Amino acid sequence: MSAPSALSMFGWIVARDLKLAWRGRADVLSTLFFFVIVVSLFPFGVGPEPHLLRAIAPGVVWVAALLAALLSLGRLFANDYHDGTLEQLLVTPQSLYLVVLGKIVAHWLVSGVPLVLMAPLMGVQFDLSRNALLMLFVSLLIGTPVLSLIGSIGAALTLGLRGGGVLIALLILPLYIPVLVFGTGAVDASITTGSPQANVYLLGAMLVLALVFAPWATSAALRISLE
Amino acid sequence: MTRPQRVGYHPTPITTLSFFKRSVLQVINLSCVRGDRRLFSGINFSLQPGSLLQVTGANGSGKTSLLRIICGLAAPAEGEVRWHDANIRSLGEEYFTDVTYVGHQNGLKDELTALENLTISSALSGQPIGNEKAGSILEKMGLSGRQNLAARLLSAGQKRRLALARLLSCSARLWILDEMLTALDKAAAGLMSSLIEEHLAQGGIAIVATHQELNVNDVNLQRLDLSGDVAGRTPAGWTA
Repeated sequence: MSAPSALSMFGWIVARDLKLAWRGRADVLSTLFFFVIVVSLFPFGVGPEPHLLRAIAPGVVWVAALLAALLSLGRLFANDYHDGTLEQLLVTPQSLYLVVLGKIVAHWLVSGVPLVLMAPLMGVQFDLSRNALLMLFVSLLIGTPVLSLIGSIGAALTLGLRGGGVLIALLILPLYIPVLVFGTGAVDASITTGSPQANVYLLGAMLVLALVFAPWATSAALRISLE
Repeated sequence: MTRPQRVGYHPTPITTLSFFKRSVLQVINLSCVRGDRRLFSGINFSLQPGSLLQVTGANGSGKTSLLRIICGLAAPAEGEVRWHDANIRSLGEEYFTDVTYVGHQNGLKDELTALENLTISSALSGQPIGNEKAGSILEKMGLSGRQNLAARLLSAGQKRRLALARLLSCSARLWILDEMLTALDKAAAGLMSSLIEEHLAQGGIAIVATHQELNVNDVNLQRLDLSGDVAGRTPAGWTA
């Protein structure tokens, strides 16, 4: 009996999670609406001053994306943990790294991509220029997968704990700071100096690093949580 | 009670007879600690192809913990589990191709239909099956007509049947079944007994934790009782 090909296994995991997300659309939409509402509150709160709005826009959109990502992390493993399917995933004849990566990719497609697509629209409320809107889109496109990847570690560590939601926030938010700094830095730079490349490259480096190490750390955390 | 010394593995000489009767699963001096309680220690047994182990014991005596250790989900405090003479922790994913574990949780997705649950779980266990084969397995498990029903609409017994259907979709040689008979009616319990008999006849091994009597015929049945005396338990009929 041979082990299934890694790619087909990965595909099955992603397809399974996407199907489950589609059956529970309301959950997914609530995260997106959270993002939209939080971002929209700021123009109301600080008043219609274009200079001020332009200055705070990158930070506001990025922080809202961060909090939305945090909200959705609870779903990553908790449902599978409660109905016993996570146990089944842990005894699959395929490296747990791939299983976890598949789940993270599906999580990003469901909760990250809608934010990325929505962000330029949100940026219009802050009177951002076309270049800044484009940079907001690009920085979130590279940054949100990092949020899902790093967040998965916290989600795995807090599985089955009471008050896990708050604990995830305390564990993960500090780790999100570099992503936040360079993500907003990229948009800021495109507004002020017009050369955001350095920030984008650094975000890309973080993505590569997280892609290699986060699923591995998450697998280890899952094994501990389920023991 | 004497405690067999089986620290370290001593291979039996391979003669024609012992080759066929070789034990493929060995549990050596296993102990488990939960919190500050020692659930069990000094568990020794070995199983040959075609044998069935029934684990009994009071609630909280460590049946589930033992099964989880044997299937590699949990690490033992002491001792080791060997599959074909190799520690399962070093075998890793290779071991999981040979094992199917049905825990006391069903491992079903409420949002998915019965058919989807079965096809997805068998694909994830490395053996994708088509809808036709999945349909025939569901029929065999007495779930015909329920194929396209979301799992959350099934009764507790039907969910259990669906969880156990996973055993038929893959060709794992080691079945580890925790509280297999929970919520099952008489017909389903009889069906499970015959499935286990069939599995053993094909050279498979089954480890079942249950309080109920297993009505299996003509099989090499061993019993392991986890309650009572804590140290040095071996199944009745176990020989070193």
